[in-house]
Amino acid sequence: MKLHEFQSKQLFARYGIPIPRGKVATSPEEARAVAKELGTPVVVKAPVLVGGRGKAGGIRLARTPEEAEQIAEQILSMTLKGLPVRRVLVDEAAEIQAELYLGLVIDRARRRVVAMASSAGGVDIEEVARTTPEKIVRVMIEPELGLREYQARTLAAGMGLDRALWTSFAQIALGLYRCFEENDATLAEINPLAVVPGPALLALDGKVIIDDNALFRHPELAAMRDEDEETQTEREARKYGISYVQLDGNIGCMVNGAGLAMATMDIIQLYGGYPANFLDIGGGASAERVAAAMRLILSDPNVKAVLINIFGGITRCDEVARGMLAAFEMVRPRVPVVVRLVGTNEEEGRAILQGAQGVALHTATTLVEAAQLAVRLAGDGGRAE
Amino acid sequence: MSILINRNTRVVVQGITGREGQFHTQQMLEYGTQVVAGVTPGKGGQWILGVPVFDTVQEAVEATGANCSVIFVPARFAPDAILEAADAGIPLIVCITEGIPVQDMIRVRAYLDRKGVRLIGPNGPGLITPGESKVGIIPGHITRPGPVGIVSRSGTLTYEVIAALSQRGIGQSTCVGIGGDPIPGTNFVEVLAMFEEDPQTEHVVLIGEIGGTEEERAAEFIATRMSKPVTAFIAGRTAPPGKRMGHAGAIIEGGTGSAADKIAKLESVGIPVARHPEEIAEIVAARMGVRA
Repeated sequence: MKLHEFQSKQLFARYGIPIPRGKVATSPEEARAVAKELGTPVVVKAPVLVGGRGKAGGIRLARTPEEAEQIAEQILSMTLKGLPVRRVLVDEAAEIQAELYLGLVIDRARRRVVAMASSAGGVDIEEVARTTPEKIVRVMIEPELGLREYQARTLAAGMGLDRALWTSFAQIALGLYRCFEENDATLAEINPLAVVPGPALLALDGKVIIDDNALFRHPELAAMRDEDEETQTEREARKYGISYVQLDGNIGCMVNGAGLAMATMDIIQLYGGYPANFLDIGGGASAERVAAAMRLILSDPNVKAVLINIFGGITRCDEVARGMLAAFEMVRPRVPVVVRLVGTNEEEGRAILQGAQGVALHTATTLVEAAQLAVRLAGDGGRAE
Repeated sequence: MSILINRNTRVVVQGITGREGQFHTQQMLEYGTQVVAGVTPGKGGQWILGVPVFDTVQEAVEATGANCSVIFVPARFAPDAILEAADAGIPLIVCITEGIPVQDMIRVRAYLDRKGVRLIGPNGPGLITPGESKVGIIPGHITRPGPVGIVSRSGTLTYEVIAALSQRGIGQSTCVGIGGDPIPGTNFVEVLAMFEEDPQTEHVVLIGEIGGTEEERAAEFIATRMSKPVTAFIAGRTAPPGKRMGHAGAIIEGGTGSAADKIAKLESVGIPVARHPEEIAEIVAARMGVRA
């Protein structure tokens, strides 16, 4: 779960990381009031959970409260990468002398949390890694020891930071690590970490991703979820405990198992179609779950055909087929449905499906056959736009 | 021969009194696995399906000589269950549980590495040596003994491949599901090394997916350290970046983990990559000289 910039920075502040004074405003008038309260100049930012915000015009400087109001009005009428802007963040403007990067990420191959710092902050760190990898300094963190002060100094020295700032940099780095660990983050980054007159350091922008698997022990973080950032279908799916990702094709997919679900999407594309979604129905494939999944898939108006691919291993195919017929009674598909049931008792399963009433149901034995059929039934098979 | 488990493997089921634990204990017993003990804290002294239940793994090991554990407990208790099994001296732990927080796994893995304990999973189907033993949830009847070793990050996708191979009369030495988490207990390279050493295994199938760089590392290992042929499949060619595709580890992020990168790397060292699951069995059959 991604936190918003203002949520991330509020979290940082609790760990002693200096952040600019600022407030969230939901209307142009409110933005003006906040600007007046903070004192101009201010920075008006669109808090949307996508990258490339600066380039898209989502971050702007206002010299007067009136200007803040005008900018907020423009930003609040924008959509950034398809998401409407509902709020703006108004921060006091800082006099930036240099922009650094500080981040904590999980290195999957080394199975450790890694701290990364760079003097080339303010831009996408992946871009820095690609073009000037020598500008990134890394230290590996042992889980029992946590990030140590000497490691923070190693980062500071490695990026050539002014010695006068080493102590405050170490405090920020150690604070960020405690924040990462205590909140079960999978990513925490400050970008830019600005050098401002003093000299001092200030976290101008922040990004935190919380491990979804750990939200059970962080109810206060779970409550921060911004439902506006999900599609309605993704939100519904989460409530049913079904993994669902919306895509922009026209063939709805319902599969048991994540790997098989991806393979099913891939084979649709291989035969010239495009999937409307990723959907892992999980184990069992009971009537209730099939009905719920069918409801999710059909809520997408682009869907022209549905491909159901179930491997019945422990659950027998005849049971799955009966569940499916019951599900079609609950939610009647408005588009043709191709079902491929394989595994234990697959012939019985297919025979049961032949008895489906009021559904344009097609059965297939191989995945290739199922994919080709679904692509044909969906018509042009192309992407939605 | 086989890898990791065989007919002599003595299994303790952690979480045996739960719905999943009980169901799969029955399945494992029916397959012929030696399930010698179960553990559920507070329920020691009971019997489930003819298997004695203990309060702790330590007691179970002392009483039954269990040398492998399979874990079916909920995610919030699973890290503890793994550590308990490791402390009781179990050398091979198989964790089926999905949803363990990644920072817990970092700590658990660091501890297991120090103790020299092997973990398969979490968030995987476990493993099976056809005709001998299954530890986990892979449906036994779709497998048959033979020369192909399988290592995979998926569950049902692996079953597809096993079933397709078996249908062509191509059996398996051992099938290992390493799980779909970002920090697995055992990775591709470790299992490939075991298959390379196993006399029964003649051919290996590797089933990967988007996320991380384990497949790239596997390609490097196969190219430099393996003599046996490997056929691969990578799921997620159509997966968009930044979206988690069901498995916690299946996400393209930070510019790494795309299927295209993995396929390119595998193909660059001469490993054939199937375009869809059914093609895996076709390629393996052709390479092994088996007629359809």
